[in-house]
Amino acid sequence: MELILFYLTSAVAILATVMMITRLNAVHGLLYLILSLLAVGVIFFLLGAHFAAVLEVIIYAGAIMVLFVFVIMMLNQGQKTINQERDWLQPGIWIWPSLLALVLLVEMVMVVVLGGNAETGHIVNSKQVGIALYGPYLLAVELASMLLLAGLVGAYHLGKPMLKVTRPRRDS
Amino acid sequence: MNGIPMEFGLLLSAVLFVLGLIGVMVRRNLIMILMSLEVMLNATGLAFIVAGSRWGQADGQIMFLLILTLAAAEVGVGLGLALQIFHRFNTLDADSVNEMQG
Repeated sequence: MELILFYLTSAVAILATVMMITRLNAVHGLLYLILSLLAVGVIFFLLGAHFAAVLEVIIYAGAIMVLFVFVIMMLNQGQKTINQERDWLQPGIWIWPSLLALVLLVEMVMVVVLGGNAETGHIVNSKQVGIALYGPYLLAVELASMLLLAGLVGAYHLGKPMLKVTRPRRDS
Repeated sequence: MNGIPMEFGLLLSAVLFVLGLIGVMVRRNLIMILMSLEVMLNATGLAFIVAGSRWGQADGQIMFLLILTLAAAEVGVGLGLALQIFHRFNTLDADSVNEMQG
């Protein structure tokens, strides 16, 4: 059964990614991207990496996608936004991501009903991950924190309303 | 014990990575390029998870955590750059910033 679930989820992930890179509208693409990330999260669960699956859903499909939504909405200013929103909410647009997400929901219900052990790989639980993370990988954690700090400073600097445009000097 | 063959997991990872690469190369909208980059990073994370699940070690998930950190930092800086480009050039076309002077 788990092989069928794996193939089904893989098909959903690939289909959603193909639809994502062919959408003309960024918001439509974002819908399919979220679906693709959710499908990969289900695959993580099927592979026995529960902790990574939870992080995939919370951080990738939750936090990072919210950033994209913010920026897309910030870049749509003006009066034409209302017409755009009306166009975006037509049923033909969101019905296909919803159907693909329904496939993932059916898989989850099937796993829960049929006993709740669809994972087939070696289960690596979060305790092992935590022990390894703060043991041999302590330096990597510190480096990741430095990277996040650098990203924070860079995003703050770039996110200012308007950087002072310095005209290129034309030396003689 | 392991019901899912490792080859299929790695194959799915490779397919997703190539799809993301195609997206980066074909699309010219900066937001879409960033989203395709997310797909590529996600595919590499999937490869690490598959390998970690194959050998029953926690290292795969730790690598996925580091990739997650990298993706978060990259999205923050990348979206800040996209905002600046939109404010200066009034477009999100990546070809509009092909003049590097100064």
